[in-house]
Amino acid sequence: MKEANSAVQIDRSIGDFAYPEVHVRDAGAGLSEKTIHYISDVKEDPDWVREFRLRGLKTFLEKPLPTHWASKDLEAIDFDKIRYYLAPGTGAKRSWDEVPEDIKRTFERLGIPEQERKFLAGVEAQFDSEAVYSNIKKAVGEQGVIFVGSTEGLKNHPEIFRKWFGKVIPIGDNKFSALNSAVFSGGSFIYVPPGVKVKHPLQAYFRINAENFGQFERTLIIADEGSEVTYMEGCTAPKFNTTTLHSAVVELVALKGAKIQYITVQNWSANVFNLVTKRGLAHEDAQVKWIDCNIGSRLTMKYPGVIMKGRKARGEVLSIALANDGQHQDTGAKMIHAADETTSNIISKSISIGTGRATYRGLVNVPKHLKHCKNNTECDALLINATSRTDTYPTITVRGTGNAVQHEASVSQVSAEQIFYMQQRGLSEAQAMSLSVNGFVNDLVRQFPMEYSVELKRLIELEMEGSVG
Amino acid sequence: MKALIVENLHVAIADQEIVRRLSLTVPRGEVHAIMGPNGSGKSTLAKVLAGHPDYHVTKGKVMMDGENLLELEPDERARKGLFMAFQYPSEIPGVTIANFLRAAMQSRLPEGEELEATDYYAKLYEKMDLLDMERSFTSRSVNEGFSGGEKKRSEILQLAMLEPKYAILDETDSGLDIDALKTVAHGVNSLRGPEIGIMLITHYQRLLNYIIPEYVHVMVQGRIVRSGDKQLALDLEERGYDWVRDFAEEPVSV
Repeated sequence: MKEANSAVQIDRSIGDFAYPEVHVRDAGAGLSEKTIHYISDVKEDPDWVREFRLRGLKTFLEKPLPTHWASKDLEAIDFDKIRYYLAPGTGAKRSWDEVPEDIKRTFERLGIPEQERKFLAGVEAQFDSEAVYSNIKKAVGEQGVIFVGSTEGLKNHPEIFRKWFGKVIPIGDNKFSALNSAVFSGGSFIYVPPGVKVKHPLQAYFRINAENFGQFERTLIIADEGSEVTYMEGCTAPKFNTTTLHSAVVELVALKGAKIQYITVQNWSANVFNLVTKRGLAHEDAQVKWIDCNIGSRLTMKYPGVIMKGRKARGEVLSIALANDGQHQDTGAKMIHAADETTSNIISKSISIGTGRATYRGLVNVPKHLKHCKNNTECDALLINATSRTDTYPTITVRGTGNAVQHEASVSQVSAEQIFYMQQRGLSEAQAMSLSVNGFVNDLVRQFPMEYSVELKRLIELEMEGSVG
Repeated sequence: MKALIVENLHVAIADQEIVRRLSLTVPRGEVHAIMGPNGSGKSTLAKVLAGHPDYHVTKGKVMMDGENLLELEPDERARKGLFMAFQYPSEIPGVTIANFLRAAMQSRLPEGEELEATDYYAKLYEKMDLLDMERSFTSRSVNEGFSGGEKKRSEILQLAMLEPKYAILDETDSGLDIDALKTVAHGVNSLRGPEIGIMLITHYQRLLNYIIPEYVHVMVQGRIVRSGDKQLALDLEERGYDWVRDFAEEPVSV
């Protein structure tokens, strides 16, 4: 257990450091067509990408902030003050030795090269707008697996990339997917050939180092027929007094019989607005599973979804959100059933501490013409203090006959009696709280890969330590 | 003398005084039974000694082996050797008995020291055998879905594992059938010895047939009104609590 990986960077104090900026490419503050052209020029985008970006910008500017249903806190983002592209201009290296010293040290402090040696099939490390390191184990590459940055993907593999890019999540899906479409940079492109099962996870690590900055990575994963892949992402940023924006778009495509598992441990510092759109497309017999843990950020809005397009496709979202003082975790899941015999499963657990607020939004849709579809939704909230808050907004539309849906929700509170009982056995108040919280998420965490479950528990303990008194 | 000493204790919840002028000494090596009718303040006494935050000590003191217990947090009292078996133990969903006890034992070790897992499980299984418990019990969540008997056995299991210097058993016999009562009593008896002082809180004499106390104290309206040996419990059984209620308003000497 001591060998646990710290990829997830649970201890926020470990991530709270910054080196001086080394960027030679800087789009400057604010967003206009000029910004788009700067990014396209620097990245040497093909024309279709430049046009895609310009459409993204137009849509972003047209769409209002979704404050009619989402948090008014979004209004605190000053889009004119944010810098949309910052890069050291070195490109992504295949060896850590070639990565600039300060940046290399950053990732060493975060333990990334070490984990790569230990248990990963490939790593991509993104520093502000661009990947600085990208490498895949030789054996995995030889199987035909492609694991590169999005820029390299669209340039070197246009025949696969273009077919799916922006198809699962169109530009106009929401204001922030439009923003990402305008200024995207970094993120991963993965293609797994038919029948190839990637044994070890591929990992991306997203690091924000700069102040007044927005990170807009774009990830596209395509698992061809009968293939399997697990992708994990971790992220940290130093804590600044200014606003940082992180707005990613992640599209997954699981072709017939393929399985994709996507694991996120989000531990941004408390000044980050984390507004992310994630969706998977599952073809016949395919499975898309999101494991989504949100621990950090000021406001997270993220509802991973699966469109079950082929017969017997399966979608799954397992999520844990921990909202501490001043944080709002607005998370959930979307399950769109679009074929017979599709099944989906949502298990969401949230913990609110102090003035923390957790919101669950769920969307399950089974149209009338479908048969033998199933959905199971469980969402449980745990409140630690009297000032903690939780809200649940489930939207379940199931039409037709022969489709089954099951929804369970609960809100529980750590009681004073429970804490006293544990204290009587010798546990401090913080230890008692942390054990209660771990117990609450235990059945879910058990389904996570070992490296993540151990780290998550450690993180919860750290969060609880500061919450008592 | 190593003892748990309660001196002239007064306890209130909100504005109501529940324990008054209570004095009691439980030395190590002895079992003291506290009997009394419902509402006499027995369970309040147990909770106050354990440090429950709802109760306020308005007067008096409590010393454990010479240390002022009332200045300590509930968890500090526990780590220093005070144990209470709860009448209504709380559920801890998702936390197994094995993990809970392990955390409790780990909390007693100096910082940086890890509990040895093999020794821990050996000891756990030994104590479970003593209490006639199935191994599968360890993987159930603490008190969740437990029957009354299982809850009480689990409390005694924790007592056996944590090896306190003083143990307060709050109505451990309530809700037990005769077989479960015998098992629990057997467990407690096997823990008796010169290193532990036990305070046995009960409403009924029945338990005392199986755990024979050195002393019996009768509590009425927040005070100890009568003390004696096990014969007192038998007299009480025969004559009922009305017999001792008459003593409640008299000055008491123990």
